[in-house]
Amino acid sequence: MSKNSVTRRGVLKSGAVAGAGVALPTIFTASSAAAFTNEPTGSSVTLGFNVPQTGPYADEGADELRAYELAVEHLNGGGDGGMMGTFSSKALQGNGILGKKVEYVTGDTQTKSDAARASAQSMIQKDGAIMITGGSSSGVAVAVQGLCQEAGVIFMAGLTHSNDTTGKDKKANGFRHFFNAYMSGAALAPVLAELYGDDRKAYHLTADYTWGWTQQESIAAATEALGWETVENVLTPLAATDFSSYIAPVLNSGADVLVLNHYGGNMVNSLTNAVQFGLREKQVNGKNFEIVVPLFSRLMARGAGENIKGILGSTNWHWSLQDEGTKAFVKSFGTKYGFPPSQAAHTCYAQTLLYADAVERAGSFNPCAVVEALEGFEFDGLGNGPTLYRAEDHQCFKDVLVVKGKENPTSEFDLLEVVQITPRAQVEYAPDHPMFAGGALGSCNSGA
Amino acid sequence: MFGLDRKDTALLAIVALLTLLAPFILNPFPAGSAMAQFNAGYPDLMQRFVIFGIFAIGFNILFGLTGYLSFGHAAFLGVGSYAAVWMFKLLSMNILPAIFLAVVIAGLFALVIGYVSLRRSGIYFSILTLAFAQMSYALAYSVLTPVTNGETGLQLTLDDPRILGSSATADGSIPVTSLFGFEMRSATELALGPWTFTFSVGYYVCAVAMILAFYMAIRIFRSPFGMMLRAIKSNQTRMNYTGLNARPYTLAAFVISGMYAGLAGGLLAAMDPLAGAERMQWTASGEVVLMTILGGAGTLIGPVLGAGFIKYFENIFSKINDNILHGWFAFMPDGLEDAVVFLLHPFIGKGWHLTLGILFMLVVIFLPGGLVEGGQRIWAWVTGKNRRSAKKRATTTEPAE
Repeated sequence: MSKNSVTRRGVLKSGAVAGAGVALPTIFTASSAAAFTNEPTGSSVTLGFNVPQTGPYADEGADELRAYELAVEHLNGGGDGGMMGTFSSKALQGNGILGKKVEYVTGDTQTKSDAARASAQSMIQKDGAIMITGGSSSGVAVAVQGLCQEAGVIFMAGLTHSNDTTGKDKKANGFRHFFNAYMSGAALAPVLAELYGDDRKAYHLTADYTWGWTQQESIAAATEALGWETVENVLTPLAATDFSSYIAPVLNSGADVLVLNHYGGNMVNSLTNAVQFGLREKQVNGKNFEIVVPLFSRLMARGAGENIKGILGSTNWHWSLQDEGTKAFVKSFGTKYGFPPSQAAHTCYAQTLLYADAVERAGSFNPCAVVEALEGFEFDGLGNGPTLYRAEDHQCFKDVLVVKGKENPTSEFDLLEVVQITPRAQVEYAPDHPMFAGGALGSCNSGA
Repeated sequence: MFGLDRKDTALLAIVALLTLLAPFILNPFPAGSAMAQFNAGYPDLMQRFVIFGIFAIGFNILFGLTGYLSFGHAAFLGVGSYAAVWMFKLLSMNILPAIFLAVVIAGLFALVIGYVSLRRSGIYFSILTLAFAQMSYALAYSVLTPVTNGETGLQLTLDDPRILGSSATADGSIPVTSLFGFEMRSATELALGPWTFTFSVGYYVCAVAMILAFYMAIRIFRSPFGMMLRAIKSNQTRMNYTGLNARPYTLAAFVISGMYAGLAGGLLAAMDPLAGAERMQWTASGEVVLMTILGGAGTLIGPVLGAGFIKYFENIFSKINDNILHGWFAFMPDGLEDAVVFLLHPFIGKGWHLTLGILFMLVVIFLPGGLVEGGQRIWAWVTGKNRRSAKKRATTTEPAE
């Protein structure tokens, strides 16, 4: 029961305790002796690998982690060195980074911005990580990039395809090696026009969230520029697992191409539905009906099984490429794990090497020095041909692959066939392109 | 003191002491030792402990007292976060207006949802709240993207107006959240021999907020209003027959616990200015139910313990990987070491859900009153009052039905 009697002594006692409680936190004020956040002082340096270990992208996350472990092994001089041998910059010696042994901590992003930030925070605050990398969705990449900017560490994005990561949400401390939705559109559209003709009518099914929208916008713009017409764009809820009700209207719309702006499980389900409805056997406007999936991965192709055969899409990298970098990477990954790496693994491995190399060239772990070393950096030998890390938005510019589901796969890993390697010049855009406008890099933050 | 009886004052003092000394208590192992992996005394996790503690305390006011099981409480947390981030974007980086707006908006939101949902009780009420929360989640994730920034989550940018503050600092970065000049991020480190303790301003702001929230909860538990809520839990039909309308009381409890959730959401945003839609997802709502049951529903301190327990597993166990295990068991012969690591592998890293699930089952089976009951049993065993206090225990813990 309540005791509401107020006595003078009670009030004084309460006031004194409350006062002491309020005063306590104010005796702690900021102070930091280090030159920048988590300056490595011992004989080792800690990197934070923040990947989805649970949730819808756990497969990609597991592959990313394998690539990171391989990269650390190579940086510390173990294994066969992988792409360190083919990398155009020879600053890395195989003795760690700046002579410090590379150690790492891992965390689970759960593909949720909150959990990813909590995990990254603990790497920064508890484990003293100097760089955070990983992730398998754009939402997480943008969230963790923002956190790293605030905390004053470098963020090397993993798999993130949305234009926003290096567009309106770009940050000075964040870097992306992976390609983006605009590049997918620019690479894919000419191939589509060449194979399917330039007077097609496209029907878009788009996952109803940021990535889906930027993807749809990019593909529609690129195909319309070549003469295609966009009949309709239908947004589908992210949680949808059955797309039958979205597929049926496609047949009556007069469209002769279906573009599926879906990723992961969504794409596997919508493609399966579309194929089951017999869309691919249909003739519309006197032409074969076609299905296009702009962003592909081998892990998704495996999920879609038979249905992926002959479907066109784009990808950042594929293990069957024949350049020296790719061959070296596939060889050392295959030796260690027994199967070829996915594109997520490739981009994560490349990002780790690029970071380590930038530190070596800068001669310092200071994030601002690293940013300076990476900005405008031209390199080759990491599997995508000559590549530029553009200073204006911290996006890598390199060749993009247009791929097709293989008709006669020889193994469960041999599911995609490269149709065209689109040269870098064709997928470049101005930093102030309308699809990327609205953000600012700001200035680099070293946390000092 | 503070209008509490001696026992409650002692409880409040213990909670206050534990929260204020948390940087020491949670860092029992020297930095650099193998056991340092289990240290939880870094600002971000400590902040999460107390913020989710507030969330669970508020949830317990509804669930523990009235027995109404809301499965959509995360919606209020999310709404609070969005409100706070918008204040940071539009007004200033001072956390007080942000937290104030977070509490008010969450309260209004709870009033609307509660008014509709409380027309039913039991499982129907749970399903209604779940439906509303999932609706809010779907709205925040895609439909309301101009307000919530959808999947990416609402973040601060350099071109936000911030009419009472500045859009950007002199060196071109986004200003950080602060309380009259004390930046939430700033922290002091204290090195005592091999131990390192971190004191952060943000944590102490959250800690003070939690102590106040805990104090409020004690007052509500001990008030006539709290008694009325307990009456609703034990027999609502009888209350109706005696001519009392229970709806205003349940609605008030619902709104109060929604405001607690809003406070937690506002504090989350104040510590880390980001609001994501998945904060409102049903898994987040389920988590607070787990926290409350794990700690002991209907008890004062239980929800706080449960919140700490779950957040500890999420953040500490998920970060242990095979590499670390090999480090621990390096003293064993090679074959044995590999065998031990192989056996432990499913329970660490990505298997943290599994470990937590097993522990949750054990608690529910053997300690129906949650961790609080465990504590009471240990206390009884230590003091040897096992038999005498057996009866008393039944009245102090009131597990969920």
